[in-house]
Amino acid sequence: MKLLDFGFELKEGLAISFQAIRANKMRSVLTTLGIIIGIVSVTLMGTAIEGLNRSFNENIQKLGADVLYVQKFPWFDGGDNWWKYRNRKDITVRQYRSIKDQATMLAAASPSSGRMATVKYLNHSIEGVMAVGSNQDYLAISGATMENGRFFSQAESDGGRPVVVLGYKVAGDLFPNETPIGKNVKVSNYTYRVVGVMAEQGNFLGWSLDNRVVIPMTNFMQRFFNRRHGIEIQVKVSDLKQIEDAKEELRGILRKVRNVKPGDEDDFAINQQELFIQTFNTIGGVIAGIGLFITALSLFVGAIGIMNIMFVSVTERTKEIGIRKAIGAKRLTILLQFLIEAAALALMGGVLGLMISYPLSLLLDQVLPTSMPISVVLIAIFISILVGVISGFLPANRASKMDPVDALRYE
Amino acid sequence: MNVINIKNISKIYQMGTVQVSALVDVSIKIDRNEYVAIMGPSGSGKSTLMNIIGCLDTPTSGLYEFNGVNVGEMADNDLATIRNKEIGFVFQTFNLLSRSDALHNVELPLIYAGIKRSERRELAEEALHHVKLGDRMHHKPNELSGGQRQRVAIARALVTKPSIILADEPTGNLDSKTGIEIMALFNELHQQGNTIILVTHEEDIAAYAHRIIRIRDGMVESDHFVENRHVPKILA
Ligand SMILES: Nc1ncnc2c1ncn2[C@@H]1O[C@H](COP(=O)(O)OP(=O)(O)O)[C@@H](O)[C@H]1O
Ligand SMILES: [Mg+2]
Repeated sequence: MKLLDFGFELKEGLAISFQAIRANKMRSVLTTLGIIIGIVSVTLMGTAIEGLNRSFNENIQKLGADVLYVQKFPWFDGGDNWWKYRNRKDITVRQYRSIKDQATMLAAASPSSGRMATVKYLNHSIEGVMAVGSNQDYLAISGATMENGRFFSQAESDGGRPVVVLGYKVAGDLFPNETPIGKNVKVSNYTYRVVGVMAEQGNFLGWSLDNRVVIPMTNFMQRFFNRRHGIEIQVKVSDLKQIEDAKEELRGILRKVRNVKPGDEDDFAINQQELFIQTFNTIGGVIAGIGLFITALSLFVGAIGIMNIMFVSVTERTKEIGIRKAIGAKRLTILLQFLIEAAALALMGGVLGLMISYPLSLLLDQVLPTSMPISVVLIAIFISILVGVISGFLPANRASKMDPVDALRYE
Repeated sequence: MNVINIKNISKIYQMGTVQVSALVDVSIKIDRNEYVAIMGPSGSGKSTLMNIIGCLDTPTSGLYEFNGVNVGEMADNDLATIRNKEIGFVFQTFNLLSRSDALHNVELPLIYAGIKRSERRELAEEALHHVKLGDRMHHKPNELSGGQRQRVAIARALVTKPSIILADEPTGNLDSKTGIEIMALFNELHQQGNTIILVTHEEDIAAYAHRIIRIRDGMVESDHFVENRHVPKILA
């Protein structure tokens, strides 16, 4: 019975509040500006974080949690030490051999370097292709798979044979109508025989992983090596759980082969995915922090605005409240009427906010692979109703406690 | 049993340090199907008495029994229920919701009574037909004449079939011809068995009632039955 009453009062309250909001359209929209801004910022923040998480997950999978990267530069270190890193001894193929010979905890290892090149087949030509030098372990380390043909063998790699494995996009562009396997392509004017095509991999941090070709490292060193770019060594550990031990072992080998004196700091960096995680978390944290600050501030302003306008509304409608009470409205009925009005006002702001932030989230999708999660939409709706109810409470309470005779006398 | 039994009621308003006695030791009993006029000069306490009878206000002291129940002991919600179900109020200034049409205004008490939409629609339409506004249901108050507005208010007072209808100077804002029409309506309602209490300071209007209670300075000056009642004639 009590529940039934409440349902009825909710329904009537809604009807009254929509009538009241419609009667003051402009004022209602202005009042909810704070809510609108708050909802736009909370939804965009949610969408951006969703996008970060999504690209994080996609990219991190491509990176492989169990791969270590031996490089001169550590990832994500501020620019201050750039020259120090720059002047370090190069990473070399000889160091790679030492690792390969001595390390015990590795599943695969490869030297790796890359350079932009133009790839041609007959009258087809693609510029800006990443030519990668690597060895037969490339697939194991990168997680790539073959679409067609095979990867080059250890013999081909060691012998520096002129063979090439094409990325998915390169193969598609150069060979729209025929199989590339066995054909000769030119990579920056050197001829290579295609032995295989890798399956589609998509993007990594906005880079197409399919717009590349892989050739044996020995061959790469002869034809493409550029000291400025140097090389790196990629190492896949045999057991992810022992990645820290593997890293230590790697460090020891590298210090020895690079003649680092005991007590001196490493003159190389062993990078791993962990650093990406940290950076992503930092970026996500910053976005969340700024977003929450803007959201909280504007929702607070919005709440004050709604409270203010509801006080005005209650005062303006004192007579109406008196009339309603005189013909039998209970305190709870009046309270709910104004609470619902405040909530509806705030909800309207929330919906307007969503209508603004949805197209913005589509824009955001151009930068980050994202879409507004339904949970964010629901949270936004919940927050706006909550703000409305909270900010409407004092005015609604004042209305409900009005003395009917005084209210009726009000002009 | 009396519908209304008022015993030694006083109402004192505190205005800063000054006390205003609006009602002093008033005792009145009113039976079912009476037609009572409360008369007195402006400021004599008529509205104060009406508001107490209508459960809009509470006396400072004294006893008020409505249908045998002590109103003084009722909670706020119970008073609201009495106002809703047992009392139909008609005001001098009509007091309609300006944004709502006639039909919705008349429906309002039924809404608060929790009556289903279809049923209350029917009852409200019936009440509007009763006051001869069947053709004005969807007009807003500002699209109606004063007399029509007061008839909407009367329909609203009637629609819950209350025990009593209270009218505080219902013709005060109307011209005399329209006033007579409204009085004819009250007469008809009385003949149909309603109990009516009417406040006025016009002898002409009071003469339609069966009983006149005169108030002066918050006290009952006289209380007697009318010998030569006016019977309103309307030229159709
Ligand atoms: N809310 C109030 N506060 C203070 N004094 C009031 C209030 N309401 C009425 N009064 C006083 O009580 C007396 C009776 O008022 P009222 O009942 O309105 O008279 P009437 O309706 O007969 O003109 C008047 O002196 C009036 O000033
Ligand atoms: Mg009065």
